[in-house]
Amino acid sequence: MIPLAGSLRLPLLAALGALFVWLLESLLDPYALSVAMFVGINIILAVSLNITNGFTGLFSLGHPGFMAVGGYVTALLTMLPARKGLMLPDLPSWLAGLHWGFLPALLAGGLCAVLVAVVVGFPVLRLRGHYLAVATLGFIIIVQTLLINLVGLTRGARGLNGLSPLTGPWWVYGWVVVTIYTCWTIKHASLGRAMLAIRENEMAAHCLGVNVTRVRLLAFVLGAFFAGIAGGLWAHLVTLVTPTSFSIVMSFMLVAMVVIGGSGSITGAVIAAAALPLASEAVRPIEEGLGLYGLSQVLVALGVLLILIYRPQGLFGTSEPRFLESRPAALAHPREKPDTLTEKGGIR
Amino acid sequence: MLEVRDIDVYRGETHVLHGLELGVRPGEIVALIGANGAGKTTALRTISGLLRSRRGSIGFRPDPERPWTDITRLPAEEIVGLGISHCPEGRQIFGNLTVRENLMLGAFLRQDAASVRRDAGELCRLFPVLAERAGQLGTRLSGGEQMMLAIARALMSRPKLLLLDEPSLGLAPRLIEQVFETLERIRAEGTTVLLVEQNAAQALAIADRAYVMESGSITLSGTGAELAGNEQVRRAYMGAA
Amino acid sequence: MSSYIATQIVNGIILGSMYALVAIGFSMIYGIVRLINFAHGDIVMIGAFATLAFGALLGLPFPLVVVLVVLAGAVVGLLVERLAFRPMRGAPQVTGFIASLAVSILIENLGLMTVTAQPRNFLVPDYLQHIVHLGGLTLRVVDLAIVAVSILLMALLVLFVRYTKLGIAMRATAENLDVARLMGIRINRTIALAFAIGSGLAAAGGMMWGSKYGQIDPLMGFVPGLKSFVAAVIGGVGSVPGAVLGGYLLGLGEVLFVGLLPPEYSGFRNAFVFGTLILILLVLPNGLLGRSEEERA
Repeated sequence: MIPLAGSLRLPLLAALGALFVWLLESLLDPYALSVAMFVGINIILAVSLNITNGFTGLFSLGHPGFMAVGGYVTALLTMLPARKGLMLPDLPSWLAGLHWGFLPALLAGGLCAVLVAVVVGFPVLRLRGHYLAVATLGFIIIVQTLLINLVGLTRGARGLNGLSPLTGPWWVYGWVVVTIYTCWTIKHASLGRAMLAIRENEMAAHCLGVNVTRVRLLAFVLGAFFAGIAGGLWAHLVTLVTPTSFSIVMSFMLVAMVVIGGSGSITGAVIAAAALPLASEAVRPIEEGLGLYGLSQVLVALGVLLILIYRPQGLFGTSEPRFLESRPAALAHPREKPDTLTEKGGIR
Repeated sequence: MLEVRDIDVYRGETHVLHGLELGVRPGEIVALIGANGAGKTTALRTISGLLRSRRGSIGFRPDPERPWTDITRLPAEEIVGLGISHCPEGRQIFGNLTVRENLMLGAFLRQDAASVRRDAGELCRLFPVLAERAGQLGTRLSGGEQMMLAIARALMSRPKLLLLDEPSLGLAPRLIEQVFETLERIRAEGTTVLLVEQNAAQALAIADRAYVMESGSITLSGTGAELAGNEQVRRAYMGAA
Repeated sequence: MSSYIATQIVNGIILGSMYALVAIGFSMIYGIVRLINFAHGDIVMIGAFATLAFGALLGLPFPLVVVLVVLAGAVVGLLVERLAFRPMRGAPQVTGFIASLAVSILIENLGLMTVTAQPRNFLVPDYLQHIVHLGGLTLRVVDLAIVAVSILLMALLVLFVRYTKLGIAMRATAENLDVARLMGIRINRTIALAFAIGSGLAAAGGMMWGSKYGQIDPLMGFVPGLKSFVAAVIGGVGSVPGAVLGGYLLGLGEVLFVGLLPPEYSGFRNAFVFGTLILILLVLPNGLLGRSEEERA
């Protein structure tokens, strides 16, 4: 049930957000504006990852793989047929002839990511815990390998460059609103409660009638859709996609956002998604000045470790700030979940 | 030999033991009986150091000549070294290790290799099945055999005090008798025993003294015979009419 | 043609020896803390760089280099255990996983900060570069050394785990932490020892890896790390003989995959490895030598 008073709150927030974006657009220089857009895309990624990882407890590292799918598909669709003929002479003619607008291309990218998620999800979601995580890591590697080697489709390691810079602040903002709205609605609906139930205790959820398999797949697929959209937005912001654009490093950054912000908190995800890239930007001059490339990653890794040791539920846990809720969220803080998995331990 | 005073133990948020107090004198068999969930296993785990209490104290004195040692804050690894051996609930032998290796681990802290071997031999005489299956993996043993192994393993450290958690659980009546006979022999050889049991009848028959535990604290105490004759105890725990 | 196959098989054995050595360490650590050690691959990297530092930079004699490299690996392993794994004991599995990943990223980027991403040439001492002819096959001495040293180290480890008091204590700790404590086993030390040994072996693996591939860089640890994981899963995580078996199977499989299929497919070798992993996890989650254990009540 969507909170009733909230039906006023969300449009109000959306309007405030729009005002903020207008201010940014007017005041910031192009570089700073592109950083702001990166933040926006990160928000889309973190919030959607929160559905898969945070709410449902499906530890998926595969988001970048879906971004790659979305990014490449969108790029292929928005590219002028003439350019496609030059860059990708081996492309099948039906694909080479297509030239779509940005919105349909993005949606197509998202839908392709969904398809891939369904195909991959069926086998992979049978796994649990860290085996699932490693399988999704494997998924990223497989996607990267395919992108490098299916040269006719993707131009291999060189990637697709010179993409039209179609991503603008309003595109990003629009999708941020869509993502947050969708995730917020889900969280407060019975689907969200089902997801949280699965995270806390899968067997109990099953006994209560939750269709565990279906909900897990849904969580996985939803995350994939928004990842695909984000990938398309990214591609047209950077104007380049290569097989290494969406890698494990990005996986870790996304996981860091979810961990630091709080698994299950949309607000937390937004804040962390904004903070991390901004912090990286802040550290960049130090990195370049001292020649210490990798410093920002070190700091993020340390941050994650500290949070895991001292505040494992993240900054916000599963809750949202009180003034945004007309009813408190279903579970305030996730308890330490016992290892209900049949773990095969021992050294033999 | 053992003095438990005013122990409060929490498992997570749940307050399991409330101001628990009990004592064990050298050479006795003391039984701790009570229903499922009363906290008996938690009590043993606290004494052996696997769990820590928030308040109170636990004192141990293996020898009347020596002073009391405060073991409240000591970790389990050290408490074993002082002479308390805990044979945990559900037997919990090392299934991936052989019978021989299990026994060897029981004597992990001992340095005297020759007498360790002698003790192992003695225990194999006490429990012949262990000799037969010395080289086999723990998982191959039946429930009763695992119980024998668990007790033997606990005895390998030559403890002054043996904490025994529900030895009769899941065993056939004949085996249960065997186990209790063994306990009497153990007491005869000078080892003190603190026994947790759901099988109140057998436990009280063999115990010198006993405690009844309910919801985390002691509600009754007395000699084995007294409690066995007690109306409440009979009705609640021994299924008497 | 058959000598081509024979060469491939020999290459598979050489590769497999390396994978097995790294996989054993991984499996030991997994067996005792039940967490994937992402930093394991990075310790391979550290072993490779340590070899370069002690051997080429400081010019120390080779046997000393070996000892120092193994020690370096052990020390880093102990640090990783202390900083990332011990605080996570008792936490949910996924939390430990993230911590493990974070430590790996930490080590990799510290490496980037100190030695930069520039690949370095790995210098193999001249006497190891000699060519040897065995039964029609051409091999370098260093390849033979890799196989010999790996087998030696693995044998030593198996003996240690099976027959020494500490090794038995380690297996007990891996099976049941609480009851191990009741035996008087100091589990902190036992776990630390497992990390030290496993990481020392990984560092030795790094030495071999460097000599095989000729170039090293701070990010090279990812591949050995994941491959050792795959090998351990194939053989059954937690099983030392399983890790050995898995390592050799993976090495042979990978070489044959590349050797027997047309060259267009060789780029897919990593995808093949991962595909195998996912398949095994789905079909045979206990691996080949793993045993399904009853969950205790």
